[in-house]
Order: sequence, then C-alpha cells, then structure tokens
Amino acid sequence: MRDFPLPGSEYPRLEATALKIARGGKTLLDVASLTLDGPGPTLILGPNGAGKSLLLRCLHGLIEADSGQIWQDDRPLDASQRARQAMVFQRPVLLRRSVAANLDFVLKRQGMARKARAERIHELLCEGGLQDKARQSARSLSVGEGQRLAILRALAARPEILFLDEPTSALDPGATQKIETLIRRASARGTKILMVTHDIGQARRLGADIVLMWGGKVAEHRPAHGFFETPQSQAAQAFLGGALVP
Amino acid sequence: MQDFAQEFMTALSLILSGDSELLNIVFLSLKVSLLAVFFGALVGMPLGAALAVGRFPGRRALIVLVNALMGLPPVVVGLCVYLMLSRSGPLGVLQLLYTPTAMIIAQFVLVTPIIAALTRQTVESLDAEYTEQLRSLGLSRLASVPVLLWDGRIALLTAFLAGFGRAIAEVGAVIIVGGNINHVTRVMTTTIALETSKGNLSLALALGVILIAIAIAVNAAVSLLARGAAPQRGELSHA
Ligand SMILES: Nc1ncnc2c1ncn2[C@@H]1O[C@H](COP(=O)(O)OP(=O)(O)OP(=O)(O)O)[C@@H](O)[C@H]1O
Ligand SMILES: [Mg+2]
Repeated sequence: MRDFPLPGSEYPRLEATALKIARGGKTLLDVASLTLDGPGPTLILGPNGAGKSLLLRCLHGLIEADSGQIWQDDRPLDASQRARQAMVFQRPVLLRRSVAANLDFVLKRQGMARKARAERIHELLCEGGLQDKARQSARSLSVGEGQRLAILRALAARPEILFLDEPTSALDPGATQKIETLIRRASARGTKILMVTHDIGQARRLGADIVLMWGGKVAEHRPAHGFFETPQSQAAQAFLGGALVP
Repeated sequence: MQDFAQEFMTALSLILSGDSELLNIVFLSLKVSLLAVFFGALVGMPLGAALAVGRFPGRRALIVLVNALMGLPPVVVGLCVYLMLSRSGPLGVLQLLYTPTAMIIAQFVLVTPIIAALTRQTVESLDAEYTEQLRSLGLSRLASVPVLLWDGRIALLTAFLAGFGRAIAEVGAVIIVGGNINHVTRVMTTTIALETSKGNLSLALALGVILIAIAIAVNAAVSLLARGAAPQRGELSHA
C-alpha cells in the first residue's frame, strides 16, 4: 500500500562517491558509491553503530567527510542545495518556544508574509494532528507529539529531500502510524525521503528501496521487494535472519 | 528588646509615611544599580555570547579570567576605580569622583563579569544542544547567536537579576568612589553603615527592610517568569 507520486513530479537526485570518515584510526564511514533517485522513500537499515546517522549528517552537509564527493542534481552539494534539504534528528531539538513558534521560525526564514505564515502553520498543525497544541510550549509535548512537530517543522519549508533519523523509535503503534502517514503524504507530494529505521516492518511498509549499512559500508542497496525476498549480501541475510529469529 | 521594638516601629512609620529623605536614598540606589546592570548587560551579554560561540586564540584564558572576576571584592574594585578617577588618575579630568556616575562605573565593573560569565554558560550549553539543528535550518554561526540568546532568555534574565542583586547589596565600592555624601551619593547600603555607626538605628532598619523587600521581589519575579515561560521541563526549574 504505497502512495506512488503523481506522474510528472520530479525527484531530486543525490549521489555520493568514495565517502570516507575515520576518527582515531577507525574507519567510521566508507561508502564507495551511493545513488538515490527515483520515487518513493529510501529506507536505511543496519545495526547500532553501523554509520547510519553519520551517513545522513554527511549527505546533509553537517559534517564534512575526510574525502569523497556528494552531488545533488549533478552539482556538488553547496549551501543553496542544502537549503532544499531538511533533517529530523534522532534526538529532535525543539526550540524553547511554543509549538506554533517552532514552525513560524522556519517560515519566517523563508521570507513569508505574516498572514501566509499563519495559514501555513494552521495547515501543518492540522496535518500533524497538533492543532490543539499551537500555543503549548514545545518542550512540554510528549515524545511522540514532539517528534511529529519536528517532522512538521522539517516539512514546513517544503524540502526536496528530507532526512529522517529513526523518527518513530520511541513511539507506540498509533503514533508510528500517524508519522508514517505524514511521511507517505510528503513523499506523494514529491519530497525525496531518506529514513533510518530499526523497524523492519516499517521498512517493508514504506521503503521503495533499501540501503543496508554494515560497519560503515553500504552492504546492499536494492529495491525493497528484492531486498526482503532475496537478500544477496551475507550482511543482509544475517541482518534479516537475526530480525526474524528472536 | 524594648529599644529594638521601638526602633523597628519608628522604621516602619518612616517607610509608611514615605519619608522624603528615605525615598531619595532608595531612588538613588535603584537608579545607580539599575543603570550599572543595564550597561553591564549591554557589554556582558555580547561578551558572554562571543566567548560561548566564538573560536579565537585566548578564548579559554579569557573564560577563566571572566569567571575569576565574578568574585571580585567590591572594595578592590572601588579602590581601582578611585585610582582611575582621582584627580591625578588617568580619568581625573572628567571630575567624576564622588558623583553617582562614579558609583555606576564601579558597580558596572563589578557586575559585568557576572553577567558575561552566566551568559557564556547559558549560551554555551544551549549551543551544544542547538548547533546541528540550527545548521540544518540554514543558520550561520553568527545568525545562531540571537536565537540562542532568545531561547536562553529566562537564564539571561536570571543573570541580569543576579547582577542587580550584587550591585544593590554592595557597600565597599560605592562608599569609596561615592564618598557617601548626604543628598548626593548616599545609597541604601552606605547609609545603613553610616547611620548604624551613628546610632540612628531606625533609618538604618527602614533601609534594611526595603533592601530585603527588593531582594524578595527580585527572586519572586524570576520564579514567576520562569513558570510563565515554560510550564514544564528541566532548564528553567533551577532559575
Ligand atoms: N564524532 C565522532 N567521533 C568518534 N566516533 C564517532 C563520532 N561520531 C560517530 N562516531 C562513531 O561512528 C559510529 C557510527 O555512528 P552512527 O551514529 O552513525 O551510528 P548509527 O548507525 O546511527 O547507530 P544507531 O542505530 O545506534 O543510531 C559509531 O561507532 C560511533 O561511535
Ligand atoms: Mg543513529
């Protein structure tokens, strides 16, 4: 049950080659080549410490790799392209302001007029089911509500690429479903989603293609169907095997 | 005991009757300390923010210095400002000694390190939390500073009030550079010291009561503000 994008919507293309990060003599990230294009969310799987968060930070330009290149739409990643990306961190950071002000912060930076901002805030809050919480302090939200707000804030600027680092790791099934709905809608509207998860069921539900990280490397990158039915790498077999045997 | 009760009643009636000498002293105190803290914040907050987010040689040493200056003994500050402003000092031509301006300068020297150090702590810990998120939202380091100051506003206000509390309660510096001249540079603390030694306990007591009331009001304001700004959660509860 995937909402495939409307015909004609253009997806951005993100490409990384020979990305390497080492710290203290240990290689943390070593990605020979990774190309993300085409419709549908890309889901990133892998054990703890595999380098998933590091990869997202790198692709978002928050940390510079020791070597290697990143291209967005066939141009080296720069500030203007980073402005078309957004990220929700594994531990979302909400500003010490109201829920509405957290969204307003991003919209103001877009140079939107006051009235347009108010409308967009209302639209976003309704989309995330937070319309009753507009005036509440963002820091007093529950974890699940906070995570929804972080996603709404990331979506506020209508990014072309959205990085999500385990956005549902602390949530109950109902809250998880709400966030998955948000993600599907954003994807259907043409936002390229790159999402880390430990939930294999979620990767099956949302993923168009799967990237498996293992020890800092991309062990496998294939369309979701193939990945789950006939995993090819040893890492993928071990990972999926481990997931199925409790 | 009888005497004390008597003095206390006289003190209360002084306060309640709005004794003009008393009021003048209170107003001068408030004016001197508020202006000192205002200018202290004008310098201390940007300085603290720069120490928190800036990366320049000597930053560590400067932080240690500012932290150390927090505990400056007021009499030493008074002495240094006196030497600067005295007729033979480098700023002697300004003829500021024994004026309220001299007292503002002395208290400014006293509170600026406090405000700067507390601002640095606040901004630095907030920055550690916010830095990646703000970069992700496209803010430069410089553009992050106002965000950090605004989101740290409660703690910064506490820093401001801490500076005010220190200034208004301090005797050593203002008595040296102000001279405790009747109707000119006499503030609450210096008057208490003088009147007590003269045995005029009722005026001293009245001013003492007002000083304590100000301290309580300041603290109440802080806790009210903290509660209003954030209904829950960590960083504000210790404000
Ligand atoms: N600044 C750093 N200095 C040294 N090591 C680091 C640094 N940042 C990350 N690492 C290491 O890099 C490895 C990958 O970290 P990363 O956060 O990408 O893991 P992850 O795949 O997201 O794991 P998890 O599923 O637990 O979130 C970890 O072993 C981590 O300790
Ligand atoms: Mg991670």
